[in-house]
Parts: sequence; C-alpha cells; structure tokens
Amino acid sequence: MDPLEALVAQIQGLSSTPGDIARLHIILKQADDSLRAESTRLSPVLGQLAPSEHSLGFLYVLDAFTSGQISKQQAETSVPIITGFINACNAEQIRLAPEKCINLCYPIVLVCKRLKDQVMMLEAPIRGAGPLLTAARKLQLSTEHLTPLHSDFLMLCVLAKCYKTGLSILEDDIFEVDQPRDLFLYCYYGGMICIGLKRFQKALDLLHNVVTAPMSTLNAIAVEAYKKYILVSLIHHGQWQLSTSLPKYASSVAQRSLKNFCQPYIELASSYGTEKIAELEAYVQTNTEKFENDNNLGLVKQVVLSMYKRNIQRLTQTYLTLSLQDIANTVQLNSPKEAEMHVLQMIQDGEIYATINQRDGMVRFLEDPEQYKTCEMIENIDSSIQRIMALSRKLSAMDEQISCDQLYLSKVGRERQRYDFDDFDVPTKFNI
Amino acid sequence: MDADDESSNPMIDEIYANGGSAEGGGGEKRSRRLIISGDQFDIEAYASLYSGRTKIARLLFIADHCGGDNSAMQLEALRMAFDEIKKGENTQLFREVVNKIGGRLGPDYTMDVAWCEAVDRRAEQKKEKLDNELNAYRTNLIKESIRMGYNDFGDFYYAHGQLGEAFKSYVRTRDYCTTSKHIIHMCMSAILVSIEMGQFTHVASYVSKAEQTHEALDQITAAKLRCAAGLANLVSKKYKLAARKFLETAPELGSHYNEVIAPQDVATYGGLCALATFDRTELKASTLTMIMLLNDDCEISFVFLILILYLQAKVIDNINFRNFLELVPEVRELINDFYSSHYASCLEYLANLKANLLLDIHLHDHVETLYDQIRHKALIQYTLPFVSVDLQMMASAFKTTITGLEKELVALITDNQIQARVDSHNKILYARHADQRNATFQRVLETGRVFDRDVRSMLLRTNLIKYDYNARSLSRKL
Repeated sequence: MDPLEALVAQIQGLSSTPGDIARLHIILKQADDSLRAESTRLSPVLGQLAPSEHSLGFLYVLDAFTSGQISKQQAETSVPIITGFINACNAEQIRLAPEKCINLCYPIVLVCKRLKDQVMMLEAPIRGAGPLLTAARKLQLSTEHLTPLHSDFLMLCVLAKCYKTGLSILEDDIFEVDQPRDLFLYCYYGGMICIGLKRFQKALDLLHNVVTAPMSTLNAIAVEAYKKYILVSLIHHGQWQLSTSLPKYASSVAQRSLKNFCQPYIELASSYGTEKIAELEAYVQTNTEKFENDNNLGLVKQVVLSMYKRNIQRLTQTYLTLSLQDIANTVQLNSPKEAEMHVLQMIQDGEIYATINQRDGMVRFLEDPEQYKTCEMIENIDSSIQRIMALSRKLSAMDEQISCDQLYLSKVGRERQRYDFDDFDVPTKFNI
Repeated sequence: MDADDESSNPMIDEIYANGGSAEGGGGEKRSRRLIISGDQFDIEAYASLYSGRTKIARLLFIADHCGGDNSAMQLEALRMAFDEIKKGENTQLFREVVNKIGGRLGPDYTMDVAWCEAVDRRAEQKKEKLDNELNAYRTNLIKESIRMGYNDFGDFYYAHGQLGEAFKSYVRTRDYCTTSKHIIHMCMSAILVSIEMGQFTHVASYVSKAEQTHEALDQITAAKLRCAAGLANLVSKKYKLAARKFLETAPELGSHYNEVIAPQDVATYGGLCALATFDRTELKASTLTMIMLLNDDCEISFVFLILILYLQAKVIDNINFRNFLELVPEVRELINDFYSSHYASCLEYLANLKANLLLDIHLHDHVETLYDQIRHKALIQYTLPFVSVDLQMMASAFKTTITGLEKELVALITDNQIQARVDSHNKILYARHADQRNATFQRVLETGRVFDRDVRSMLLRTNLIKYDYNARSLSRKL
C-alpha cells in the first residue's frame, strides 16, 4: 500500500484517545521526512483529513505541504487552508511539543510563520491577523504565556494598521517566556501599537521592558526600541535624562552601548530640555533624513507638538485667566488663532481643564474636577488594590519556588561559607 | 548677575601680586557698571574708619570703581592712598598709585624715586639682619626665639606688600607655638593676610582653628574672629551664615579691628544679609525686638518682655547688634520699614544706599544678589496674608508698573515661592492652596501603578534570566 495512504488511515484511526494520539505522534515524527519528500502530492490528502478531529495529523501534513518555496498562486490556495485549519483545530493536539530540537519549536509555529510569509507576499497582512490571533490563543498554556506567535501577530497588526485587535492581546500580562527574542519583538511591536493608539504610558512600559531586559549582547531590536523610548518619554513625560534613563538593573551591555547608536535622539532630547521651540524645530529640520530613515519622523513631529502642550500646561499653574494673545506670545506661537486651536485640542483630549471666552479672547483655567468621590473611582481603586495583592501573592509564590529549585540551591550552596555562625549542620549535599 | 568671584578678586590679586606683574594691569578691569556718583559719599570720613593696608586697598578700589566722569572723587581717593602709602614701606603699591594718578595731582604726587630707593635699600638691610638672626636662633633651637623670628619676617613681608611670603612665614610659626596665646596670634595674622589676599577659605579654616583653642578667648578677639568668619561666609555667598556671624559680634569690637573692618560695616553687612535670608521670626528675634521695645508703648513692651525672657540668648545679641545699627541709621530704618511692611520706603532706602555699597570692597559683588533676594522677600511677604490681591494696589505699593510686577510675580510662582495664581484679565492675584486630599489620591494611584508595573517587569526579567540559565546549564550538560 502506498505509505501515504497508510499514514492517512493511521491518522484517521488514532486520533480519538490521548493514548492513541501519543502513539500517532511518534509515528508521525518518524514519517516526517517521507512526508516532506512527497510535498507535491499532499493536497488531496489534506482534503481527506478533518482539521478538528485529526488536528495532529493534519498539522504534520500541512507542515510538510507548506515547507519549501511557494509561489503567489500557491499561496492563494494555501492561505485559506491554513486559516481554516487554525480556526478549526483542536488546541491540545497542536501543543504536543517535539523533542527533536532544543528550541522547543512547535510545528504549529512553523506553519504560522509560513502563513505570515505568504500573506506578506500577497500584500494583505490583515488576512493573517485574525488567524494568528486564534492560533496564539490556542497555543498559549495560559494567558501569561508568551508564544512566538504573539510577536508575529503583532507585526501583522502593525503592518495592517489594525491596532485595536493588537491591543486586545496586549492587555494580558506576560510572565512566562519561551524565547527571549519573542519577548523583544512582542514588546517592540506592542509599543508601536500603543503609540499608534496614543496610549503612551503603556507604550513606555513595553519599550522599557525591551531596553532593560537581560541580554548578553546588544541586538538591533533593543536599539530601535531605545530610540522610540526616548521619543515617547519626551512626549509623555516632557523630559528625558541620559543619566537616569537606564536603571541599574538594565544589562551592562545596554548601559554601555545603547547610547552610542542613538546619538541624534539624545541630542534631540537635550534640545527639548532647553525649552526653546525654535531650537528644537531647527534641529528637527537639519536631521529630518536620519529620522526618516528610522521611520520615526512622525513621532518626532509629535515630540515638537508636545512641547507646545507642555508650555501651555505650565501656564495653567501660574495663571487663572490669560488672554489668547499672551498665550501665543509666551508659548511662541504665531497668532492667537493658533493658540486657540491648541488650547481647544488640549481641552478635548483632556490634557487641561479650561474654558475659552471668545468674546474677550480669554482663557480661564480650571482645576481638575475629579474629586475622587464617585463610585467609579472607588471601584477603580478597589480593583487596583485587588490586582496588586494578587501580584504580591504571585511574587511570594515565585520566591518560594526559586528557593526550592535545585539549580539555584546547588549554586548557592557552592558559594556559601562552609560553616555559618548559626547553623553548624549545613547539609553537605549542597556543597557540590 | 554680577555676583561672580572673578570680578574683584583678580583685581586685588593684581594689586598685591608678589611678582609685580600687574603694573598698569589694574586699569583694564574697570567696573562694568558706571555708578551714579553718590554725593553723600564722603571719602575722608569713610577712610578714617580704617587703618593699615585695608585703607589703601579700599581707597584704590573706590578710585577704580567710581566711574570715569567722577574724577574728583577718584583723584581724592588716589591722593589719600598716596599719602597713606608714603607712611608705610610698600614701594610696589607706591608705583601703582603713581601710575594711576598720572601726574594729575601736581608735582607733589609724582614718582619719588629717591624715596623708593631708600625704602628698598632699608628693606634689603633689614631682611639680611632678620635672616641672620633667624639662622642664629635656628642653630640655637630656642623655640620662642624662632617663633619671634618668623613673626618678624612675616611682619616685614606684610609691610612690603609680599603677602604670599608673609603668609608662609606666619604659618611656619605654627610649629613653634607653645601657648594658646601664640596660636591665636598666629591665626589672627594668618587671617589678616588671607583677607588681604582674598583667600577666604584660609580665613575660615584659621578662624575655626583659633576658636578651638582651649583657653577662653577674650571678648575682643572673639569679636574679631566672628567678623572674619562673617566676611568669609559673605564672600562665599553663604549669606545666612554670614548674617549669623555678624549678629553674634560683640559691640566691644569697636574700632579694634580697623585694619580689616569697621563697625559700620558689621552693621551693614549683617543687616543686609539678615534681611535677605532670615525669615520673619528670626529677623524679629535677632534685630528688632530691642528697637521696638524702645519705640512702642508700655503695654506692648510688656508683651515683648515676655518674648525676651524666652529668647534670652538672642536678646543679648540684640543689644549688641542694636549698638551696631545705631552707627548706620539708614540700615536700621530699612529693616524697620521692611518689618512693618512699608516696602516702598524700604526699597527707596536700598536704592539710595546702593551707590555707596557698590564702592565697598567686600560687598561689591554681592549687592545685586542681596538686593534681588530682599526684593523677592518683600513681594512674597506682601502677598502672604491675603486671599486675593489687587495688582494695581500692589504695584503702587512697590512703585512699579503692573506689567513689570506681573512678570516678577509669575517668576516667583513658577519658582514655587508664592502659592497663587494670576488672573490676568482682571489683574488680581488669587492665593491658591494645594488640595491635599486630591493630591494624596493622585499620589496613591500613581504609586500603585508604578508598583504594579515594576513588579510585573521584575517577574518577567526573572523569568528571562531563569530561562537563560536553564538553557546554558542544559547546553553544558549536553
């Protein structure tokens, strides 16, 4: 019998119970190479298998089918197949990890990566976003788990400019990571999505994670993230200091070398610190090309805009009412009309509280009306408290877990003194 | 602001430089501000307050700083300096002054070469004699004589204007001092020379050295040391400390320290620094209580008597300082006005005094800063008791325009010195008190958010490190 036919029969037969599936897994691994050899004949095979029941088998066949170069027309046909599979497949079956490589590379991941390549080739990244989201959710062991699919999904979101879908996955906290590289990409793309949605605080947090992650050598993702980090800091906080930018827990590599690659941005930040808008704009003008090459020009323009905003905000601290003409003069705008537009925009964005009296050309600055007395505020505070308590519990749990970890104890035992004052009966087992 | 050190110190250094490299160099560093001539400034009276080298230094300073169109005062100062120098033995300074005079004062005040040579010859002879004596003493190893020898050397160098050498000689006596009297003498000489040289760090260290001697100091010496310390603080811009030191000076000082400072100066420096840096309670306790006691009615004085009993230590000084303030009635009026909120007249007095103060050798650099501080304090104090202030009235109280006043107030508000906001439309200043409750809520929420974020990042990083470590140990095992 045709080995392929035999395989199909086995797949169909052994896909029901977990014990069978384990056996099927072994068989499929052995048959992997032969499958790859026959990649051209596999499309009818795919038709015979049902993605929801025979997920594992389908997956291996799909893997073999999509390996190798695929042209645009082939991509057209295979994308819907993969999409259909992802939507229908059984989550447990696809999580079975192969032990063949150290990197724990799931075959589903390979398949999804190929999907991504194909939709990029077809120049329709949005077609891949949805399926990848489903795949990521299915592959995750828990919502705190980061899979390689997350970063690919976010990349497609960025390319397709559908930020809101990306945001949904960013709301989850990540604690477990398979591959550091995934984390870098995830945080970087996540930061870009948040910037696109103007959620600068979250973007700062994500970019901060990239920049301060432990790394032994500098990588390009960290450099790019650092550039954006500087710009977003300026927009959100209005200041950025080179000396305090990287906390002590950032890797020494980062602390030493990151700034060498981001010179124009650091100079931009110092020019921002002088609070002279003309200088800032001049600097941006002269360095437009460099910013353009990094694809950061839009962000830089937002930085310049934020300076006006910050100056106007400072005025709210010293004045109760101020004429539009005076605002224009102090903030170095060209006319009261422009000042009015700026102030109006800021009121709408909720950045200041004010009323504009057009008849007198006066702006009246008001206090923040938030009194912290409403039910919503109380619920907000309450949920924050619960969240932080959960986090503390998690932290203690992790602490306990590490103290019991064998590797940790062996290392600590080695470095500890033979005899502490308190305990004379140090178990020698740990002094390896 | 011209409160830099570099404006007057290089000039003094040039005048007193040992190598004499500054002939005619003093002329370059003319004062940057032309001062309106203070007609009230009486040079003779001023100079009579001082003696010794500081008199000459001050006269020269005045000559340099009184401005090009006031040649009368300049010449007067130079003439008096000339006379004073002729009484001494400093040929270096003599040449300087002659250059500056440039023959404008007639034949009596030109270069007297004969005199110079005579003085120089005498100096050489004296130096040789002193040298021989010192060597003799050194071979004999008699401590007291060696000390006297070095002291004589110090005096000699000082008289001839070689201040660096003088300082070194005085310091060398340190090893041969046996009693605390000797130490005090050494310290006082070192302080004197350091002040002339403009090295006030030495002044501060020698003052503390002198104060640390075991024996109790007599009143006059203690007062002198306080003055010197005050001067050192003033020059290093620690105005509050300077004020304290000056206020602690005992009135027994009188004219005993005329080679450095006159009692009028103590009052002026101390008063201005106190005005610029003390808050209201300190100001009252240290300078005003006694004044008010003498001016007000009996029942008020009874209240103050209670206050005095509480503030015993400061009261003793009050009386002291009041004696000083009597010598400069303008400063006393000034402080009184400030305290009783007559800011316009207070600032007027200040403006009148300014011209004269700019001619003072020590206060010259600090006048601007002190004046600014005093003005700011006046503005802040004016707005403190009110919920709303009409800027029109405030401008007239300070004799300034509304726009100017508004600018100053905005600067103070931005600096967080005044808690208020300006209603630019109606020209009113409204006091604004921070809402503690809201601020607390905001801080709490922010802290929570920061904690949340930090712990999450930490857990993430821990995971990464654990992964890394696992991967490495795994690869090692393989």
